[in-house]
Amino acid sequence: MKKIFLYIVAVMIPILITASLIFAATTQDLAILNTGGEIARRQHEILSFAFWLSMVVIIPVFGLTIFISIRYRSKNKKAKYTPNWHHSKSLETIWWGVPIVLILILSAVTWRTSHTLDPYKPLDNDLPPLEVQVVALQWRWLFLYPEQNVAQINNLTIPKDRPINLTITSDAPMNSFWIPKLAGQVYAMNGMNTKLHIIADQAGSYDGMSANISGEGFAQMRFTTEVITDEEFDNWIRLNKYRDEELTQELYDFIAQPSEDDEVHFFAHYDKNLYQTILNKYMSHAIPTDYSNTPETTNGGHH
Amino acid sequence: MFGRLGFDDLPTELITIGGALSMVGGLIAVTAGLIYFKKLGWLWRNWLTSLDHKKIGVMYIAIAVIMLLRGAGDAVMMRAQQALASGDSTGILSSDTFQQVFSAHGTIMIFFVAMGLMFGLINLVLPLQLGARDVAFPFLNSLSFWLFASGFVLINASLVIGEFSAAGWLAYPPLSGLEYSPGVGVDYWIWALQISGLGSLLSGINFLVTILKMRAPGMKLMDMPIFAWTVLGSMMLVIAVFPILTVTLSLLALDRLMGMNFFTSTLGGNPMMYINLIWAWGHPEVYILVLPAFGIFSEIVPVFSKKKLFGYTSMVWAIMSITVLSFIVWLHHFFTMGGGAKVNAFFGIMTMVISIPTGVKVFNWLFTMFRGKITYSSPMIWFLGFIATFTIGGMTGVLMAVPAIDFQVHNSLFLVAHFHNMIIGGVVFGYMAGLTYWFPKFTGFKLHEGLGKLAAWLWINGFIVAFGPLYILGLMGATRRIDHYDASLGWQWLFIIAGIGVLIIGAGIATQILQLGYSIWKRKELRDSTNGDPWDGRTLEWSTTAPPPHYNFAVIPEVKGQDSLWTSKQAKTTTKQSTTYNDIEMPKNTDAGIKLSAFAFLIGFGLVWHIWWLALIGLFGVIIQTILHLTKDDHEYTISAKDIKLHEQHRLKGTSL
Repeated sequence: MKKIFLYIVAVMIPILITASLIFAATTQDLAILNTGGEIARRQHEILSFAFWLSMVVIIPVFGLTIFISIRYRSKNKKAKYTPNWHHSKSLETIWWGVPIVLILILSAVTWRTSHTLDPYKPLDNDLPPLEVQVVALQWRWLFLYPEQNVAQINNLTIPKDRPINLTITSDAPMNSFWIPKLAGQVYAMNGMNTKLHIIADQAGSYDGMSANISGEGFAQMRFTTEVITDEEFDNWIRLNKYRDEELTQELYDFIAQPSEDDEVHFFAHYDKNLYQTILNKYMSHAIPTDYSNTPETTNGGHH
Repeated sequence: MFGRLGFDDLPTELITIGGALSMVGGLIAVTAGLIYFKKLGWLWRNWLTSLDHKKIGVMYIAIAVIMLLRGAGDAVMMRAQQALASGDSTGILSSDTFQQVFSAHGTIMIFFVAMGLMFGLINLVLPLQLGARDVAFPFLNSLSFWLFASGFVLINASLVIGEFSAAGWLAYPPLSGLEYSPGVGVDYWIWALQISGLGSLLSGINFLVTILKMRAPGMKLMDMPIFAWTVLGSMMLVIAVFPILTVTLSLLALDRLMGMNFFTSTLGGNPMMYINLIWAWGHPEVYILVLPAFGIFSEIVPVFSKKKLFGYTSMVWAIMSITVLSFIVWLHHFFTMGGGAKVNAFFGIMTMVISIPTGVKVFNWLFTMFRGKITYSSPMIWFLGFIATFTIGGMTGVLMAVPAIDFQVHNSLFLVAHFHNMIIGGVVFGYMAGLTYWFPKFTGFKLHEGLGKLAAWLWINGFIVAFGPLYILGLMGATRRIDHYDASLGWQWLFIIAGIGVLIIGAGIATQILQLGYSIWKRKELRDSTNGDPWDGRTLEWSTTAPPPHYNFAVIPEVKGQDSLWTSKQAKTTTKQSTTYNDIEMPKNTDAGIKLSAFAFLIGFGLVWHIWWLALIGLFGVIIQTILHLTKDDHEYTISAKDIKLHEQHRLKGTSL
């Protein structure tokens, strides 16, 4: 009797831990589920759908495991024992067949959503999109607004309900650009453009970050996404245009140096060619200016 | 003279000094002990130079256990750092040390713990299961082991001299390139993996040939134990993908040593190429590790359910389809690199398809238990823990296979929790079950059951407590590999719970060490009274004595059908005495493997520190030693039939000569 009690306690403890963790999760602000924009919301919907679909297999597995392991314990003399029974066409058809059907359904969803939620696909929207160019630095984020000719570091201010077209590159090791409440992440790489299309339908500020390790200051490489109304956005641009901070090439070269400074900076002007200059630094056959191509000097270069 | 090596390369941070001292101290203590007890010669003759697959297996496991302790130490440091470093606190480690610690943790756990345990178990069990006296190429086996050991020494040297890579366990360029990582860390990573990876490739060839050519007469492929099938799948993968790893590491090394531009971001180099190549190796690697774990459970479940394995043919199909499919899923590691909708969708769907044969295996195990007589010895506790954790891991894996979902959870702690579900819940639980199950075969006594069950239970609970919070953190938008975070995010309490989980797993590991010590101490009481078949086994390894003689089988068994030992036990035809013995040829011990690997170490160390003359000495040493070994043709010795008869008489009575 005592032994059975011990077994029950031993099994109850992991179940209780799991249950309390699930409860704890419901009390938290789960960024991926508690979204602020259409893309993240649709990604969340697919997550929920796939989760419940997989429950069709998970629940029977857990149920069967519990039932079989209790029922067919050697001490239970009443249970049937068939030591040589090892094959059943109908049973095996079920557990090859049912998962195949489930995966077929999920494959169809995957194929469709890979296209509809392709981060490169411009969003269907009547409002004109806002173009923003994103540069990952060591270890901060630079945002360029080519239409407005303003730039910001570590802060992305965007108008609500308008599609945002992000073009992303890096002047640093590979990073990953991620605003969990608005959309999934895309890598930021040297000499390459990657694209991400986002839209926010709720005003507020959302955390953004680099999700891919890029050196010592990587953990601090965070930024805030401020979502304001279209009107506020226009005002914000107009007011700040009076300021005279300009992001010159020299200043850019300075901020491109490794730094863990996570302050926000605003620039009312920048050189129109800046983004292209950053890309060109890494284009094939172009020898970058800040270190020459001999290994010895590269060795001592950037540190 | 000494390249870039100087006195300032000795550790300076308190924690790294501690690590270095424990390494050096441990080495001195072991050497002193061996000299004091006059065991050096014994160790050299009986173990280090042995070509016996059983001894090589034990040595693999010994290294894996040492590395498990180091990897677990790294895990404790990471958890401590993340539990503390919230807001104004910077925790216990600098960013750079923290990044070295997690890079080392992943590298060590995959390459030296999981691979070590896998090759250890395969070495111990596979030849016996096939009814063979050794592997196909005994010397190659010893060489593989010593190359693995050489990589082990090199990666631990990084703890004492210099630094380790801070670029993550797969060292993505451009971060791992010269521009951003000019130090020796990435070079240590490259050469430790390059040397031990070569050993893995040779082992793959060796075990594949062993399975194809060394099976006992009468054993058709479809009669093999499922473990042998999983090893076959796994070794096919090793042979196919380890060359990719070797080439990828070589190209990265050329970038770093000779200023080439394969993976640099300038001058036409392409880091995306590296990411493709490393995962073309890396994803099959996961299946290389998990397939043998599936095999182990396929051996354990029938034995402890006293019932034939359900759906043998299905199992074989499942194993082989997993083997093939694992080649065409690698891109799911970087949907976020901008591959485009069609490419992403294809690789996502292929990834989901793998879950079908994997699920089939789970149902087959469950229906092996169905209408059986299940006894819950500790291997079965590991199995139940495996079913619970691995199923959850499989589900989160399928979720991540959908590109639209992956964009949101990639690089987050959700991903970290997922792959630990697969690696701990699948691989580690499987190997632990296997170690417990086969332990009496090689020692003649069982491991203490109570402590074994407690250890498994601590691991299972520790796992839930350690990785449950990571799923939640991932959904909250916490990325992996951060050494610090803002207090306002409200993550700290979850990191603290995860830290407690790691301590529970640590208690599980401590219980296992205690279990081993206690079982050795009480070995008389725990003695296997059946002299070789303590679990009432079904496959050939249980037909010989415990421990098996160095020639495994005095007479090679004849096999008819699956579970041949079980069948003959049922028919009561096991006649052990009335046999005629023949002379047996066995391979002689040789130190060539150790010497070759020692020279390989010199090459690696020389290249890490740019000590070119040392690397050249190593290279010449390897060439000369190879020629010397290949020109010797006196590799075997004969045990006469008379000696075998004498030996067998004593052995079957359970007395020693």
